[in-house]
Amino acid sequence: MIRFEKVSKWYGSYRALTHVDAQVETGQMVVLCGPSGSGKTTLIRTVNRLEPIEQGRITVNGEDVNSPGSSINRLRSNIGFVFQQFNLFPHMTVLQNIIFGPMKIRGMAQKLAIEKAEGLLDRVGLLAKAEVFPEQLSGGQAQRVAIARALAMDPPVLLFDEPTSALDPEMVGEVLSVMKGLTREGMTMMCVTHEMGFAREVADQVWFMDKGQILERAAPSDFFSRPIHLRAQRFLTDLAH
Amino acid sequence: MGYHLDFASVLTGQHLSWLVRGIAVTAELSIASWLLAFGLAVILVLIRMSGLRPAEWFVGLYVEYHQNVPLLVQVLFWYFAVPELLPQKATIWINERDSELIFAIIALGLCFSAYMSEALRSGIRAIPKTQFEAGRVLGLSYLGTMRYIIVPQAVKISAPPLVNYSLLLFKNSSLAMAIGVHELTYQSRLIENDTFRTFEVFTVATVIYLSISFLIMWVGERFERRAPAH
Amino acid sequence: MWDIMRDQGVLLLIGQYPNGPLGGLVATVLLAILGLALSFPCAILLALGRISPYRAFRSISSAIVQTMRGTPLLLVIFWSYFFLPLVIGHAVSGFTTMVGALVIYESSYLAEVLRSGIEALPKGQVEAARSLGLSYWRTNYLIILPQALFNTLPSLLGQFVSIIKETSLGYVISVNEFTFAAAQVNSVLLTKPVQVFSILAITYFLLCSSLTQTARWLEGRIARRRSGQVGRVVKVMPLPEPAP
Repeated sequence: MIRFEKVSKWYGSYRALTHVDAQVETGQMVVLCGPSGSGKTTLIRTVNRLEPIEQGRITVNGEDVNSPGSSINRLRSNIGFVFQQFNLFPHMTVLQNIIFGPMKIRGMAQKLAIEKAEGLLDRVGLLAKAEVFPEQLSGGQAQRVAIARALAMDPPVLLFDEPTSALDPEMVGEVLSVMKGLTREGMTMMCVTHEMGFAREVADQVWFMDKGQILERAAPSDFFSRPIHLRAQRFLTDLAH
Repeated sequence: MGYHLDFASVLTGQHLSWLVRGIAVTAELSIASWLLAFGLAVILVLIRMSGLRPAEWFVGLYVEYHQNVPLLVQVLFWYFAVPELLPQKATIWINERDSELIFAIIALGLCFSAYMSEALRSGIRAIPKTQFEAGRVLGLSYLGTMRYIIVPQAVKISAPPLVNYSLLLFKNSSLAMAIGVHELTYQSRLIENDTFRTFEVFTVATVIYLSISFLIMWVGERFERRAPAH
Repeated sequence: MWDIMRDQGVLLLIGQYPNGPLGGLVATVLLAILGLALSFPCAILLALGRISPYRAFRSISSAIVQTMRGTPLLLVIFWSYFFLPLVIGHAVSGFTTMVGALVIYESSYLAEVLRSGIEALPKGQVEAARSLGLSYWRTNYLIILPQALFNTLPSLLGQFVSIIKETSLGYVISVNEFTFAAAQVNSVLLTKPVQVFSILAITYFLLCSSLTQTARWLEGRIARRRSGQVGRVVKVMPLPEPAP
């Protein structure tokens, strides 16, 4: 589904990503973890070209993300992205935020879009907040709306950039449970997160990154109990404290 | 169109001397007004911080007036209306000298003193009270604290708007032409009337204004960079 | 003063209309509104140009804005006076000249207000819109500009006050706006400059200060509304005092 081939990215002399080779299979849930500055956020942002790359190839469903021929807007409309800061549109209501994509980009009729949006809101447990403005939502609620907004485009793949890092601890659970529901439905997902308990529970693969490279790739049970790479070991012990 | 550019007639002989005079008067007007404006601004700020209610009210009204009445109207008021209000001795004294220039300086200076005092005021307000307490705790007097701790910081913070107002003051010196001050714009029109070389004259005037404006902006940026506010 | 207002009030208000073109205070307000309305689209283009990802657009927009910032409005008015008829092809009225000059000059200042409003928005807004697949222009039109315009409303109102004050420069090219009308009244009455110019100043004062107060009130309302935003500290735009 998502394939990284020898992906490198640098600014001047700083190498953000070095020769990343990996792939996410359809239906898989991959968690990216690692110390800050490891390049995990950069890597996930290259998938929908929020970050350009200097070398290598990234394909989503066979289509090269960076080829000059491909329409970046069409590509992006098929990749869902959930931000750490939610980035809801403050001048629209919750419902308007969700119907915006299908209506303005897919050309969906309003009635259909509203039906769809209400279905999604119900799914994330926020139907009652449909007419509310984002500024009146709590962090956890806003993030759930952001997930619904991404889902409204029916993307085959969802990307999450530290979706719970900006939330107060008591709201992390409600967002994670929405994400767990999505993995159960077989959605292809990539997620940058520090929530190791969550990763252990639902990830199919954990990729450990440090200094722009993927140092270890393993199933969660293996990674958390017997990390091979020295830096991964240190990372996990640091986390435990 | 058959129009031949002729900068020479504009830039030589008598016309050149007119141009030079215009630049000199603009400079004189701008500098004198700026000094008046800044000096008054400092006084206004001190009055405003004195804590006396009527004084604060007065400064508030002063600022509101000068910010909401067009500068041109202020200039016209000073030139046409104020002489009627002055005692005769004063009017004679002013008329013996360059009355147009004097009133232009007063109008420009007073108007921008209002803006500058507001800039200084925000600058001072932006400094946390703890800075003041720190100064007093060291043993500095009120004035000493103001002088060594508060005002230097306030000036750094107010530098950007102050530079901006200085630039506006300079540009607005052109309004003095409305009452017959021989500043650059007035002289340009004189030359234009004499030579009919409209494009050339105004190009020269524009270039001169732009050069000085960019100079002011550049000086301002240097000043801001050397004294960054945090 | 009241007798002046009684006798000359109509002249001050609407000039010599219907025996001549519309003038006086009404002309001032009309000039200001037209100036604002016509500069707006130009200002939006200039603002977007200033932050464009393409160097060419950035350079051209910046050059235009910096030039206007360094040129006195009076000079722009003279340029407009002498060259607008050449560009259009026939003679234009003083009123049109003023509108032209105001549009050229104010587009740059309005563009700077808009630009800071756009740049104050979190970068995540653009990223969220683009991630959904929205194009550059539609992102600006549907997401960025609506928010920027709302947030800068107080500053825009302040800029409108500046435009009102700037219309007074029409006096210099004999455009029959409020200041010119007052000067005419003064030249007729001759012995009452204090009263005439006081009426002039006080009227501008009432008009402009009420708008400025509205802008300040708006700023407070917007600040309170935006401070309830989730997840980020919002920088409220400081209200720049209108320049003379």
